[in-house]
Parts: sequence; structure tokens; C-alpha cells
Amino acid sequence: MRVNGGMKSLAAAIIAVAGLTACSTQEKQKPGAIRINKDPFPSTYQPYGGVPTLIRGATILDGEGGRIDNGSILIADGKVQAVGGPEIAAPAGAQVIDAGARYVTPGIIDVHSHLGNYPSPGVQALSDGNEATGPARPEVWAEHSVWPQDPGFSRALANGGVTALQILPGSANLFGGRSVTLKNVPARTVQGMKFPGAPYGLKMACGENPKRVYGSKGQMPQTRMGNIASVRQTWAKAREYDRKWDKYERAGGEIPVRDLGMDTLRGVLDGEIAIHNHCYRADEMAIMIDVAKEFGYKIASFQHGVEAYKIADLMRQNGICGALWADWYGFKMESYDAINENIAYVHNAGACAIVHSDDPNGIQRLNQEAAKAIAAGRRAGIDISEATAWTWLSANPARSLGIFNQTGSLKPGKMADVVLWNGNPFSAYTRPARVWIDGALMYDASNPKLRPVSDFELGQPGEGDVK
Amino acid sequence: MKRLILTASALLASAAPLQPQTVAITNGIVALGDGSDPMPGGTVVIRNGRVVAAGSGVSVPANAEVIDANGKWVTPGIVAGFSRLGLSEVDLGADGSDDTETRNSPFSAAIDVAPAINPKASTIAVSRADGVTRAVVAPVAGRSIFAGQGAVIDTADDMDAVLRARAFQFVELGEGGADRAGGSRSAAFVLFRNALREARDLGGLRYPIAGRSSAARQADEVPYEERQDPQLLSRDARRTDDVMLTRFDAAALVPVVRGRQLLIVHVERAKDILNVLDLRREFPSLRIALVGATEGWTVADRIAESGVWVIASALNDLPASFEMLAATQSNVGRMRAAGVKVAIGMIDDNDTRYVRNQRQYAGNLVALGKIPGAAGVSWAEAFAMITSKPAEAVGLGGEIGSLARGRRGDVVIWSGDPLELASAPEAVWIDGVRQPLDNHQTKLRDRYRTLERGALPEAYRH
Repeated sequence: MRVNGGMKSLAAAIIAVAGLTACSTQEKQKPGAIRINKDPFPSTYQPYGGVPTLIRGATILDGEGGRIDNGSILIADGKVQAVGGPEIAAPAGAQVIDAGARYVTPGIIDVHSHLGNYPSPGVQALSDGNEATGPARPEVWAEHSVWPQDPGFSRALANGGVTALQILPGSANLFGGRSVTLKNVPARTVQGMKFPGAPYGLKMACGENPKRVYGSKGQMPQTRMGNIASVRQTWAKAREYDRKWDKYERAGGEIPVRDLGMDTLRGVLDGEIAIHNHCYRADEMAIMIDVAKEFGYKIASFQHGVEAYKIADLMRQNGICGALWADWYGFKMESYDAINENIAYVHNAGACAIVHSDDPNGIQRLNQEAAKAIAAGRRAGIDISEATAWTWLSANPARSLGIFNQTGSLKPGKMADVVLWNGNPFSAYTRPARVWIDGALMYDASNPKLRPVSDFELGQPGEGDVK
Repeated sequence: MKRLILTASALLASAAPLQPQTVAITNGIVALGDGSDPMPGGTVVIRNGRVVAAGSGVSVPANAEVIDANGKWVTPGIVAGFSRLGLSEVDLGADGSDDTETRNSPFSAAIDVAPAINPKASTIAVSRADGVTRAVVAPVAGRSIFAGQGAVIDTADDMDAVLRARAFQFVELGEGGADRAGGSRSAAFVLFRNALREARDLGGLRYPIAGRSSAARQADEVPYEERQDPQLLSRDARRTDDVMLTRFDAAALVPVVRGRQLLIVHVERAKDILNVLDLRREFPSLRIALVGATEGWTVADRIAESGVWVIASALNDLPASFEMLAATQSNVGRMRAAGVKVAIGMIDDNDTRYVRNQRQYAGNLVALGKIPGAAGVSWAEAFAMITSKPAEAVGLGGEIGSLARGRRGDVVIWSGDPLELASAPEAVWIDGVRQPLDNHQTKLRDRYRTLERGALPEAYRH
């Protein structure tokens, strides 16, 4: 929606500007006729049907920091209809679930997944996450790599309560390509999973990976200074491309040469595509913030941000989220200074913290990772409530992806992306009991028919098993 | 009798002594680690580096330092069932800091991880701070299916990490073995059988050197670890020209083929598991433990019947490879239900540094008990799978992994249930010695608690 709407309003603005120009200069300029289709692979996702459902007697964490004990939530027509206390009544024909103090939360949103582009089984034939043939590959789109039959999607749903997720290209490249945001609902095509109206993201990477991948081939970048030089040179070209197309769209003339990668970068410069920047070290994140200022774009999130705690103030000032792990550390030099308090420190500094996975196993336990982060914070003297911590799992991820108007919290009118847990989701002993996406019951722990089984798993050992 | 109240400051202040003391930890929820249920109001006494007594109704020795656990949990330290702890400081891009994998050595089975274990590795300090006191440490296979000999270590803040060197030989016989053997499982198995036959032939040469009779006697009576290194077999012990293994590698496999050294085999696929169990028909003395065994549940009765230990990956539930198609988190519970002896390990799961996650994994296995159709395990059993069971799997159940009398004094006081995510160690003893819990991470935590500009840069906060 945002992409289409943006196009229309942009076009309207261009017409208006063009009109003014014509009046003032007396020249016969008119806008270029060619418009680039910004949504050539539109979402075909359609919510599945659900019965109106009232969950009552629940401990509700609304995802924005609110908590209601003995709470009720009514979902119908795919949307959250009402959230409150025992006063919310069940409409005629509604299914009523007594939660018995079990927790109800918004579905978890993972902003960093490679399900589909690094799927299971992890064989070379399905390894589609890194177009490691050049350090700037903004022309590739993750959705063209996503294999909808990755069995990992079902695990993220049933074990993790994940209802939406962003699939990112890998981090071999400085510019890795476009991301795609999906509803975690199985489909035959990736278009059938695409989150309607979700803006695109662009994966960028700094640090060790690009310089290792290309440096080892004797190519640029071989160093961190090479990384930054390549990034800046690419943005400089993007600005030029942006100017050419702006001019064409405003005043017509010869159609500029189309460049798919530059289209993506132009989308970033125009504020339509969000930057998700893989970056570990504090000093490098600070440099990337300055690069963004130099070229006039905004960074939505630092991905991994293992040293985010060292510059949490900068992240707050610049409105950048940190998509972080609870406790990953030391697997490479740029993660050597990881601390368990990273998420709590970033949150405590007033910056936007997100718990992310980057892992087909970790995505099944993001609630547990948040629990570890709360506990580490508490031991360091930072008391963060369960309700507040859930913002790391739904509202903040949704904001960073540009889908917070539709999902990410339990507010009337939003998509009914809801998890009923069988206990306290900050406990190791708790799992999802039921998961609704757009009001449709997509997982029920007590009903084997409500477990998705990918095509890949049909006829294999363990088909349809609990996983 | 000194009486200490368990507070953070008291713990810090008392972290200094590095000699085993007589310590009585009272008023704790005591879990022995042996599969029994936790006991409230329990006491644990350690003296001379060993557990003297643990449980309820335990009397406090007169000379003991008494620590009131204030109702907190007291347990044996966590035992990492399979890991590469202490072998790698940084896994990628930090030249020279990673000793896990030997890619270009002429040796394989003869490789011994013991000298590569760095007791001062930050991963050891971080694991210790999370209550991991012991670890089974294996090499990563390089060019051969035989990775070499692993050790059992402690995580104490001293220079003597290795509890048992050459505790086992580690071999890859699934996809990883096929790859290293030249491309197929067939090749891996023929390579394996050839190697063991060469070892058998070499072992058959006995010890044709001076003192042979005593060496021969040793072979039967002395525990393997205390015997003469079979690699020292005399050069007079002639081999045929028709051999593939180096003398050292063949010698290293002599105790394996004789059943004196445990053979830990990594396999995942059900058929691979059965193939390994069948090896004992050809080599009847083999003492085998399986690691991984993602599809173990599908042949659980056969594994149970064999009596071998399984050091399983706790939560594998993805068909991450074609040898794991039947993966489910219920694997452990189903194998247990069939009578398989199961411990939890971390093979290929960030095994150089995340052994602390075993607590979480064990808790998650308990959670499965509430899922219809899933197979979970009880709390007591899950906790045993990360304490006494891995110790038993590598033949050290009499030494570590529980609070039974005579075991090593590896004790942790936890802020809460050790399988819960919010819990953390408040005090750790290893061999009866109180351990420091600070490390690279805790010091960074303290340095960056505030980002306000101080009188001097952050580098001066230490």
C-alpha cells in the first residue's frame, strides 16, 4: 500500500511541480511519460478465514508496553476488535477461550531471517542468500531467492509464535539487495506470502564480511576503509541517478538508462526503502551514521549491533533501532565485545531495541532470548517489565519494517496476529498454544491438522510430526 | 565457624582463596544431578576438593565455612556433553586463535586436544560464569574421518584444565565422514574398518621392547589414561608395507579397537546409527557412544538394546541436511522413553562457546511435556542430562556431574531454577575452590553502564 500510495502521491506532486515550472519559464516542458513500476511482484496474500474469537481471563501484553491482567481480546474479521477486561462480551457465534491466566501477545516479528533464502536442507542447491559476485548488488531482491517450501517457516510459527518476518539477503556485500517482509503463512509462491503494503528494505553490511569476501579475491574492498570508500562512491552514483530521473520525471526529455540497483538506492534516497545495516562494531556504526547524513538517507536499523551498547546514545539521537541477539558472542572479532546486557542497555538509553534471530533455530525462541535480556538487565540494575520487553518482539520490529500501522501490537483495527502461550512466554517451559494470523487460526498445539507441513517434508520420515 | 550471608559483596570478597576449603552450603534447594528431584532445605558439604555429603539432614562440619543459600538452588556444575570449549578464542578471522580443526596435518587419530586447551580462553571464563564447570572437548575432523582424541576439562581459573586427556577418540561417520573419506559413506566405512584393522594388527605386535612383560601386565590392569602411551610402541614392532595410517595414528587406535578408549561417533541418520551399532560385530571390543543422533528416535529400540550412550543435540528440529529429515525436538524424550541412555551435547551448535545454552535447552525439553504428541522429560531427568549423564557417557560418572559423595567439588549456587532463563550463578566452586565469575564481558558491562562523559575516557574505567 505504501509503495503504491507513494507512487501516486509522488506522481501527483510531480505534475504539480511540472505545471509550475511550465508557467514560470514559458517553456514547453512536460513530465516524462515513463514511470518505473515499483511493485512488479505484488503481494497476492489473502488472509484465511477465522471464526470470531474471544480470549478471556488472559494475561495480555499488548506489544506497546501495556499489560492487562484478567484481560480479554476479541478478534473477528481478521482484525483485533477489542482489548480490555472482563467487560468485553462475546458476540453471537464467537468461540470463547478461557486463557486461565495464560499469556496472550502479539505475534513475534523477526526482522532478520534467512528462511527461504538459506533454507533447510542447507545444501548448495538451495543456498541463495548472498550474490557474492560484487560488493554492491542493490539490484538483487531477496524475494527472488525465497523458497516458500522451507520447512523452517513452520517451526518459526509453531515453536516460535512468529507471525511476520523480514527475509534479508546475506552480508557478503556492502549492498546486499532488497529485503522482503512476509506473513508467516504458507503459500505456493513468495508473492502469496508477501506482507501486503510492506515497504522494501535494503540490506547493507559493514565490517569483516565484505572485506573478507572480496579482499580474499584481491578485489576492493579489502579493508574497512575500502568498505566505506565503496559505499560512498556507490551513493554518489545513486545521487546522480536520482537527479537524472527526478529531472526526467519533472521535465521529460531523454529517458535515463534504467539501472535496477540504482532504482533501489533511489528508493532509499526518496525515503521509500528502509536501510537495515548489518554492523557490529560501535565505531563502524558511528561512521555509517555519518555516511547516511552525507548522502541524505536514513538508517532504520543496525542489524546485530553487538557493540550497540557503546553508542546507544547515538542510536537514540538518530532514531535507529538495534536488532540484537541476547547473548551471541566471540564467533568473530567484531563480536568479541558482546555483552549479555546489550539489549537492556540499548533500551535503557532510550533507543529502539529489537530481538532478532538471523537463525532458523533462534527464530523459534525469540521470546526466550528476550527473557534472557531482561534477566541480564535486571542483574545490572535495570528493571524492565515483561510488557515493556515485548516491544522488542513486536512493536519495535514492526516500526523498523514500516508495518506498525497494520500489526505489531494488540490495538483495535490492527491485523489479528496473536499468540496464546501455554504459560509465561518468558519461561523456558512455555510454548505457543495457538497462533492466529489475520484472525485465522494457523497453529493449534492440540490439533495435528493445524500444523503446516511443507511440500518438502511430505512422504519423508517424520511428516506431520510435532517438531 | 564462619558464617557468611550470601550477598553479592560477600561473594566478591570471598572469591580470592584458591585452595580447596571445607565449605558447607546450607538452606538450599539441592538438586544432586543424578536424576532425583530437588530437595528444599538441603545442605552441601565439600572438603579437600570433593563432595562429602549433599541433601537433607546433612550435618555441618565444625571447621567449615558456612554459606547460607537463603533458599536458592544448589547443584553440581553443568557438564558440557560435547563441545570444543577452550580450543578457540575467536572462530573466524582471528588468525592463530582457533585450534579446533586440523586441516593440514599428516596425522588424524593421533591428534590429542589436551595441549591445545587454553585454560585462560575467554570462552572458559564466560562458561564458568554461567555455571559450566566441566566440558567434554573434541577436536574437529580435518582431512580424515578420525578427528583425534578428546579430553574432559574443568573451567577453573587455573592452569590445570585437563581432567582426563585422551578420554575418547572422535570419528565422523555420517555426511561429514563421507566427505572426508573421499565422497561417500561407503568410503568412510571402509576407511574406518581398514584403520581399525591396522590398529589391531599393530596392537597384535604387543610390546617387543624391554619391559614388555610389565607393559603387557599394564594393558590389563591399569586404566588406559595411566598407561604407557601406545604411540611409544617400539620401532621394532614391524608393520607390513601395506598400510595407510601413520604409525602414530594406528597406535592411537589400538586402545579403541581393544575397547580401552571410548569411541565417540558422530552420526545423525537412522541408518548410519544402525551401521555404527553393527560395527561391534566386526570389532566386538569397541566401546561406542553416539553424538548427534538426530534421527535416533526412529531406531530407539535398537539403540536401547545396544546399551550405547547417546550425546544428543537437544532441540534439532529442522531437516538441516538429508541425514536429519526426521528431526524433532521430541527425539530426546522418545529415546529416553525407549530406554536409551541420553545426555545432551552441542555438536556443531556453536560448540566453541555456547555451552551455557545447555541449561536453556534442557528447560525446553521439559516444556515439551505440555505439548500434545510431543515427548518431554522431567525436570530431574533434563537436569541430569547436563550434569551426571554426560559424565557417565564418557566414563567419568564416578568423578564429576553429581553431588554424590566423593565426586569433585563442583558446586553452583543459582539465583533460581537453573533451567530457567532468568537464573544465573551467584557462586561457583570447582574442585572445591571458589571461582571468580568476572570476565571480558562483565568488565565491558561495568565500563559501559553509563555513556556519560567522564573526567577521563572509558579506557580509564577499570
